[in-house]
Amino acid sequence: MNLAQFQQVSEVEWRIAPFGKMRVPAVIFADETLIREMDDKVYEQLTNVATLPGIVQAAYAMPDAHWGYGFPIGGVAAFDADEGGVVSAGGVGFDISCGVRTLHTGLRADEIAPLKQRLADRLFARIPAGLGSTGELRLNTNEMDAMLRGGARWAVEHGYGSAADLDRIEEHGCMAGAEPDKVSDQAKRRQRDEIGTLGSGNHYLELQEIVEIYDTKAADRFRLRVGEVVVSIHCGSRGLGHQIGTEFLKQMVIAAPGYGIALPDRELACAPIQSPLGQAYLGAMRAAINCALANRQVITHLTRQVFADLLPGTHLTLIYDVSHNTCKQESHTVDGQSRRLYVHRKGATRAFGPGHPALPNELRDIGQPVLIGGSMGTASYILVGTEAGMTRAFSSACHGAGRAMSRHQATRQWHGRALVDELASQGVLIRSPSLRGVAEEAPGAYKDVSAVVDAADRAGLARKVARLKPLVCIKG
Amino acid sequence: MSGVHWEHFPHQADMGVRGVGPTVAAAFEQAALAMTAVVTDPLKVAADEPVEIRCEAPDDELLLVDWLNALILEMAARHLLFGRFEVRLDGHHLHATAWGEPIDLDKHQPAVEIKGATYTELGVRRNEFGQWLAQCVVDV
Repeated sequence: MNLAQFQQVSEVEWRIAPFGKMRVPAVIFADETLIREMDDKVYEQLTNVATLPGIVQAAYAMPDAHWGYGFPIGGVAAFDADEGGVVSAGGVGFDISCGVRTLHTGLRADEIAPLKQRLADRLFARIPAGLGSTGELRLNTNEMDAMLRGGARWAVEHGYGSAADLDRIEEHGCMAGAEPDKVSDQAKRRQRDEIGTLGSGNHYLELQEIVEIYDTKAADRFRLRVGEVVVSIHCGSRGLGHQIGTEFLKQMVIAAPGYGIALPDRELACAPIQSPLGQAYLGAMRAAINCALANRQVITHLTRQVFADLLPGTHLTLIYDVSHNTCKQESHTVDGQSRRLYVHRKGATRAFGPGHPALPNELRDIGQPVLIGGSMGTASYILVGTEAGMTRAFSSACHGAGRAMSRHQATRQWHGRALVDELASQGVLIRSPSLRGVAEEAPGAYKDVSAVVDAADRAGLARKVARLKPLVCIKG
Repeated sequence: MSGVHWEHFPHQADMGVRGVGPTVAAAFEQAALAMTAVVTDPLKVAADEPVEIRCEAPDDELLLVDWLNALILEMAARHLLFGRFEVRLDGHHLHATAWGEPIDLDKHQPAVEIKGATYTELGVRRNEFGQWLAQCVVDV
C-alpha cells in the first residue's frame, strides 16, 4: 500500500482520518514492511467498515490483515447497540469461531522423537481431516440443539475431556445466548456428522516444540518450557457455521435498505443489533461458537486417546482455547467511560490483559494466553494480553501469518509431494489427504509470522511469550 | 476467450470461479463446474447420482450465489462431488439437476472444502464477446 495515504502515529501504527462517509478513523497496526506489502483492499475494506452505523472509536486492522469479505481478515470493530450499532455476518465470516487451542503434553521433544512417525500416522488415522471426512458422532435433533447450547461443556458431559478443560476456554466453554432455533435445518443437516472433524484449507493439528521463551514470568505461569512439546488444534464450527454465515449474509443484504443502511459493499451486510434479524443472527452465531468449542473439545479427546495408546501415562492439559472469528458483547473503556459493545473480530484474537474478570482465576493476574497459528513449516507463537492492549483495538491481537499469495500462485510455485519431502528433511512430518491442498497451503504462501507477531508486540496489542516449531502437522 | 467454458481467477486467500456461456443458465452451469474444479478435476467425477436443486433470489447475481451455495450444501450434507449440471431459469427462479458421485479420496484427491460462495467479485453480465459471464469468489 501507498504509505502517503496514512498518518504515521508510531513505527507500528498508521491512521486514516475520517473522510467521505467514515464515522470514525481507521487504524492499521503493522511495521513499514508489512503495511507496504499489505493488499490495497485492506485500506478499502477498513475504510468501508468505518462507515457502518454505531461504530465506536475506530476500525482496526491487525498486522496480519489481508483482503477478506467486507471486513478485512484481521479486522476489529465495535458497535454500540444504543447508538444504532450493527452486527455483521461478514464481520464474523463464514467460519464462525474458527480458533486455536494449545495443550501441554508434558513431554520433551527428545522423548517423543522415536515415536514421531507413529504419532503422525496414528493422529492422522484418528482425527478426521479433509473434504468429506466424518466424525464418529451422529447427532439427532435434540442432541444437536443440546450441543449448540452447551458447547465444550456439552462435550465434557458426554465424556469428551474433563471439567478442568472448561476453565481454559473462552466463555468457560459455553457461549451464553445461543439460540439453536435460530439455526436453520439446512445448517444442522450440514453438521450432522461433522462434529470432531478438522475440516480443510488452513486447518490443522500440530505437534510443536517450544524453542524460545521471551517472557519467563508469563511462560512460567503458562507452564511453557523450552524443549517441551505442545499440541495445537486449529479449526472452527465446520459446516454449521459456514451455512449460518451464508444464510444470514443473504438475509442481511436483502434487509439492509429497509433498515436505512446503504452498504458500500454487499459483503458488509449487517443489521441493527436491536432488530429481529440482528438478534436472530446473534443467537445463531453464538450457537455456532458453541459448535466450534464442542468440535475442538472432541478433537482434543481423540488426540488424548492417541497419546494414551502410544505414550501411556501422558496427560494433555489445556493451556487455552481462543476463537478468532466472532462477535461478542464486552465491556470496554472508551473516552474514560465503560461501555457495553459488540466487538467483531474477523481473523483477530481476543487478548484480555491482567485483571480481566473473564480470565480463569489462575491466569487473572498475568493475562490471557494469545495463540497465534503458523503455517506448516513456520513457527507458531504464544503471546499474553497486556494492560496497554486493553486501550488499543478493544483488547485484540493478530491471529496468524495471513496469506501473502493466492492458492493459484501457490500451486504454480510448489508441488505437494516435493513440499512434504522438503519439510520432512527439516524435521516436520506432514500428513494430509490432499497433496494439492498441501501445495496451496505452502508456508511460503503466507506472510512472515515472526514479523507479524513482532509488530503486534511492538504495538502493545499483546506481548511475546514463546515461539513454537512444528514437528508434526496433520493438515485438513 | 470466447465459447462455453469455465475458469478460475485469483483471490489472495481464496479462489474465483467464472462460467461463460451463450445464456445465463449456461454460464451458471459452467460456474458450477469451475467450483467443482476448486476441489478436484471435474472430468474425474462420474455423473451418476442426480440431485434436484431449486432456488430463487431478487436478482441474477444473488441467484448465482444462491445456486452455488445450494450446491455447496448438497456436496457437504451428502458427501458428493458434482460433475455435470443442467440449469433452467424462469426469471429469478432456478431449477437445476446436478449429477455426481460420492467423494472418493483416492480417485478425486480433493484439494479443499468450500465453505461458501461470496459476493466478492460477483457479477452476472455479458462479456466483450456478447457471451454471458457468471462469477464470484468462493471461500475455502
